[in-house]
Amino acid sequence: MLLVYCPYCGVERPETEFSCGGQAHIARPVDPSAATEEDWVNFLYMRSNTKGVYVERWRHTHGCGRFFNAVRNTVTDDFLSFYKAGEPMPDLEELAKEAGK
Amino acid sequence: MKRYSFLELAKNAFSAHQNWGRQWRSPEPKSEYDVVIVGAGGHGLATAYYLAKEHGVRNVAVVEKGWLGGGNTGRNTTIVRSNYLWEESAALYNHAIGLWQGLSQELNYNVMYSARGVMMLAHTVHDVQVAQRHIHANRLAGVQNEWLSPEQAKDYCPPLNISKDIRYPVMGAALQRVGGTARHDAVAWGYARGADDMGVDIIQNCAVSGIRRGADGAVEGVETSKGFIKAKKIGVVAAGHTSTVMDMAGVRMPLESYPLQALVSEPVKPAFPCVVMSNTIHAYISQSDKGELVIGAGTDQFISYSQTGGIHISNHTIDAICELFPHFRRMRMLRNWGGIVDVTPDRSPILSKTPVQGLYVNCGWGTGGFKATPGSGHVFAHTIAKDEPHRINAPFTIDRFRTGRLIDEAAAAAVAH
Repeated sequence: MLLVYCPYCGVERPETEFSCGGQAHIARPVDPSAATEEDWVNFLYMRSNTKGVYVERWRHTHGCGRFFNAVRNTVTDDFLSFYKAGEPMPDLEELAKEAGK
Repeated sequence: MKRYSFLELAKNAFSAHQNWGRQWRSPEPKSEYDVVIVGAGGHGLATAYYLAKEHGVRNVAVVEKGWLGGGNTGRNTTIVRSNYLWEESAALYNHAIGLWQGLSQELNYNVMYSARGVMMLAHTVHDVQVAQRHIHANRLAGVQNEWLSPEQAKDYCPPLNISKDIRYPVMGAALQRVGGTARHDAVAWGYARGADDMGVDIIQNCAVSGIRRGADGAVEGVETSKGFIKAKKIGVVAAGHTSTVMDMAGVRMPLESYPLQALVSEPVKPAFPCVVMSNTIHAYISQSDKGELVIGAGTDQFISYSQTGGIHISNHTIDAICELFPHFRRMRMLRNWGGIVDVTPDRSPILSKTPVQGLYVNCGWGTGGFKATPGSGHVFAHTIAKDEPHRINAPFTIDRFRTGRLIDEAAAAAVAH
């Protein structure tokens, strides 16, 4: 079981308190009527499914109930960073390098 | 190929079974093939087998990062059934059932297909309605499936607890008698032996690191740890790693790879006659011919390539099994493991041409690909050989995520995911 840190509550809790919301930073097309078919396919269905450092959404379902983002290595399942929703995506290469030290 | 027979068995008994030949060669890759299949699991090997057998395409290589049948083929819970809701799926999985029935004879290899029946339990009023809808849809599509009352279910599977005072009492069950189990390793080995005999090169310990494309965009071959292999056509059958392989050709996939766990108990005498599955409480169970109880759980909630899952997921499954089958409570579990399953948004597989000329993909089988192995290989071989899909896999394109013609089988797998 993973240990997940909620940046809103400031605590680390077992994974069963959380639900994973899939890949993060997938923005809905800003002007839906102008978006092409390809834009919708990418938004709805295409996922990077990265083997390595990956950004995903988590929700503290049985806690504060809020969404936040996490950076995780999908090969080792180690978390590299947690940050609040709305904050920019950290530099993934930098994080991976730090974790490698 | 030396055919296996009773006579061969008797003959080899005189030399204490020391002189059985190897089942397949271990060749070095040639510089060029007509078709290169990436991934030597059941589906990839079946594809190569039917390419050689049905389409006369024998200049084929199957390249494999690890050893053949060592991925999800060697990790699944070996269940075979075809009671899917939609006609497209029913046709695909029923095609596989047809092939399963003669597979041991076809391959001259005992795949131990045992039609012992797959029983799917209903625990709520909603379950009952959904199961009956499935049964009606199946019967209209010519797929065998029938409804059992709790008492009939207990008759069919005596260990089942149908008392009314458990947390999720059994309100009935859908039974597919033609469903059952098969020996997963034997399926991969049988196809490997058959394909090898017709000239297919199975190249193990050979990881693909790139897909080379020409100026016109068509594929030219694969970069591997054993050097560049030229290929006119490439079929990607890499299960959980499909996204990473397709990425090498610049094709994005609507896939996410999750860990899926299974576990087996210590072996005991025959105590469990069929396969029982339950969507609602996330568990499925059967007994292998070796005597182990084979138990499957749900996927973890996050994507991962670690081939391990959280122990709380297996725990949850064991809770459910112990409630449904109280006499297994004192069984000890022997091993537990995980595989990486590639899941599509509509939970149906992709057997398709791709936007890249000469590149084909067979993936997205999610938590239930084993049952389809022969059918999947059969229609995918057709797709590669003819450069157009077989009637049965025509609906299973990548393009369906653009056109919206999804085949929504989200409730079809053993566990709601």
